[in-house]
Amino acid sequence: MASMKDLARLVRELEDQMVVCMRCGMCQAVCPLYAETGREADVARGKLALLEGLSKEMFRDPRGVSQRLQRCLLCGSCAANCPSGVKVLDIFLKARAILAGYMGLSPVKKLILRGMLANPAFFDKVTEWGVRFQDLFTKPANEVLGTSCARFVSPLLGGRHIKPLAPRPFHAEVASLDTAPGSSGLKAAFFVGCLIDKIFPSVAHATLKVLRAHGVGLYVPDNQACCGIPAASSGDMTTFKKLVRHNLDRFPLDRFDVLITSCATCTATLRKVWPVLFSEDDADLVARVRRLSEKTMDIHEFLIQRLGLNLPAARPDATAIPVTYHDPCHLKKSLGVFREPRQLLQAHSGVRLVEMAQPDWCCGLGGSFSLEHYDLSSKVGRRKRDMVAATGARILVTACPACMLQFHDRLSQAGDAVKVRHAVEIYAESVAS
Amino acid sequence: MVSKHFIKALADVVGKDNVFVDEADRAVYAYDAAVLDPVVPAAVVRPVTAESLGRVVRLCHDNEVPLTVRGAGTNLSGGTIPKAHGVVVLTNALNRILELNVEDLYAVVEPGLITAKFAAAVEAHGLFYPPDPGSQAVSTLGGNVAENAGGLRGLKYGVTRDYVMGLEFFDAHGDAIKTGARTVKCVTGYNLASLLVGSEGTLGVIYKIVLKLIPQPQHRKSMMAIFDSVSGASQTVAAIIAEKILPATLEFLDNFTIRAVESFSRAGLPTDAAAMLLIEVDGHPAQVEEDAAKVEAICRRLGAQRLRVAQTAQERDKVWEARRAALSALAKLKPTVVLEDATVPRSRIPDMVQAVQEIAAKYNLTIGTFGHAGDGNLHPTILTDRRHTEEWHRVERAVEEIFDRALALGGTLSGEHGIGLAKAPFMVKETTRATLEYARRIKRALDPKNILNPGKVIGEA
Repeated sequence: MASMKDLARLVRELEDQMVVCMRCGMCQAVCPLYAETGREADVARGKLALLEGLSKEMFRDPRGVSQRLQRCLLCGSCAANCPSGVKVLDIFLKARAILAGYMGLSPVKKLILRGMLANPAFFDKVTEWGVRFQDLFTKPANEVLGTSCARFVSPLLGGRHIKPLAPRPFHAEVASLDTAPGSSGLKAAFFVGCLIDKIFPSVAHATLKVLRAHGVGLYVPDNQACCGIPAASSGDMTTFKKLVRHNLDRFPLDRFDVLITSCATCTATLRKVWPVLFSEDDADLVARVRRLSEKTMDIHEFLIQRLGLNLPAARPDATAIPVTYHDPCHLKKSLGVFREPRQLLQAHSGVRLVEMAQPDWCCGLGGSFSLEHYDLSSKVGRRKRDMVAATGARILVTACPACMLQFHDRLSQAGDAVKVRHAVEIYAESVAS
Repeated sequence: MVSKHFIKALADVVGKDNVFVDEADRAVYAYDAAVLDPVVPAAVVRPVTAESLGRVVRLCHDNEVPLTVRGAGTNLSGGTIPKAHGVVVLTNALNRILELNVEDLYAVVEPGLITAKFAAAVEAHGLFYPPDPGSQAVSTLGGNVAENAGGLRGLKYGVTRDYVMGLEFFDAHGDAIKTGARTVKCVTGYNLASLLVGSEGTLGVIYKIVLKLIPQPQHRKSMMAIFDSVSGASQTVAAIIAEKILPATLEFLDNFTIRAVESFSRAGLPTDAAAMLLIEVDGHPAQVEEDAAKVEAICRRLGAQRLRVAQTAQERDKVWEARRAALSALAKLKPTVVLEDATVPRSRIPDMVQAVQEIAAKYNLTIGTFGHAGDGNLHPTILTDRRHTEEWHRVERAVEEIFDRALALGGTLSGEHGIGLAKAPFMVKETTRATLEYARRIKRALDPKNILNPGKVIGEA
């Protein structure tokens, strides 16, 4: 283990970024965690103060700082609302890497990140086995949502209502694709992402249908790996870099014009996290990461901005279903994409968009945050569920499979008869196949 | 350090989960938004009922432990920086609207309620709570009362003080004190509410506030006037008031701030303008139209090169976007931002703007000036890097000179940010030794053990 002095020195390297915080406290207004706990250590200003204290060797026990740093959804609401423009996520991710280096990863994290996530083929095998046995351990919970809960007392599932693994993951249906551009003249690589591949393959099928319908050539390589955000947010740089390198090999830059994802988290990770966190002595490798990152685009943004689809809002028909749209943090706050998914929704005459009170309030999942802090995650999610319920919508639409997971749990727990769907699934219904 | 016994007693009152003693949990209550050194408290306590808040105060009194009450910790004068051997008492769990009376136009609230949330709740009933400090999205009403917070609407609508009808607070012993009423008129006893407003937590711990509400203005009109001289802009401010027009807001931005805002938000502002005024008049539609026309004429007469009157709500928002972006835009230029709030009689605004420019040149510092010209409350904003020791010394000297110049113009040390720790040493410059001693005698009489936010406003009593 490194010494406290070394730790402080490493944290001091973040000083130029940390010193930008003027402690105004405006992050309190938008932090979903602070709204639940009212604790300063849960909001960005407090965490930045803790890191500054660490850099000055103020603490006897860096573990305390590390624990508080982990209590964050990484939703980026604070950064989006920060008058000084503090790059909160960059700082927190780098600090987590430094602290993980100092204290090491927990055995559980090591097992999940290094044992499973870092080996895509093995990860696929594990989920295949999961599909076979999940019915044995779970029972149906909510018919409309198609959720399940644990059949027996289970430390793994706890009280969660989960969306079970898909009977067949996307990669088993479509191993790989390489087709020529059609009328659009563009060719898109499709980065599937773990959750869409294994739990929501219908989103992937809808994405491909839409791209085909608009004359976009497809490049879908097999053996894709995770985008690396679970590793990055745990500070596991070894696994993170391994995953980035793996994906870099699967997506040769000269084979496509743009890299599309339908997962807000994957898009934000490729676009924002990769160039910031991926460091290597090999300058060529770093440049390739940067170029792949620049080619990455969210599906909705691609359709509206790049393809220039001019979609007049359809007049909702008499039987139009009321839907409400939740802004994934990674899409709205990190990438500024929020008009486009709504435009796509409104192009469908069968749905009527009803906005909820705070559509961009975080759903509370935060990836592995929900595994470690399920109670807190649920609290944030319950607030969100109430906003959804107040709209009377029958479908909750969003653009991130992680948010979809959280909504399945929260809506199912509340006994709501509200479906959860991805914006691209709705849009796919309105295009000819 | 506080004793184990004392911590246990606190936990008995508020529950173990609401007493923070871990190093990391205490360290995040060591600062506020002032550029001052942090002080880590010995413990932090978060009462969830008014009753337990009173018992916490009593415990501190009995154990002679100093306490600093904290809402959102947004104040800019170090008013919520605690003592190392003291406790921080959080009010953010006491955040209810206890009563909203639309017939008698008042509301009763708890101190931890967030200002903007309260304003929105009131607005939903067609009523208006005007005080709007820049931090209103997070600041608490208890903090607003304790600091006598102002805002953009001070000129016409006054500041927090003008809306406090009554208070309930705990004295230094933890005994409940009631003052004021729910009636417009009330002459029952000493006006203790006025003593508490702006006392920055040194005389009592507020647990209930009765706030006056007023009807929403029916109509408003905003405009943006651009000047090629600072004196033209500041003469316009004086002329508007002299014409007996009271705009709801009358804001000033200097050239440096305009340029910062423009490069930050590309709002289409003229970067060569020397100064800009943002003006909003509100009230009865007929009156608003008449006032707006007069203001327009005055602006043109005193040399406004361009004048933009917002015709729609969106255009109105655009007018205010520039003002709202001012601090953000300046804050992004340098790591450390020292936001001052020297205030002068409004006829002296031209002199004060001039003085700030001279001080910036003299100390070779970057200072952007914007603020509430209508009420004389300017915000010279010094951009610096606190790590740069030599420059920081120049900043300190510049700040002192800003105070001196404001006082020489018949102004005051602080228009709305409060005295706290930051300006306590300068108090004697504005008042007299006897005034300070008088205040200290009050403090000693009411808080003989000096446990209520010691060191703030009047220094170490």
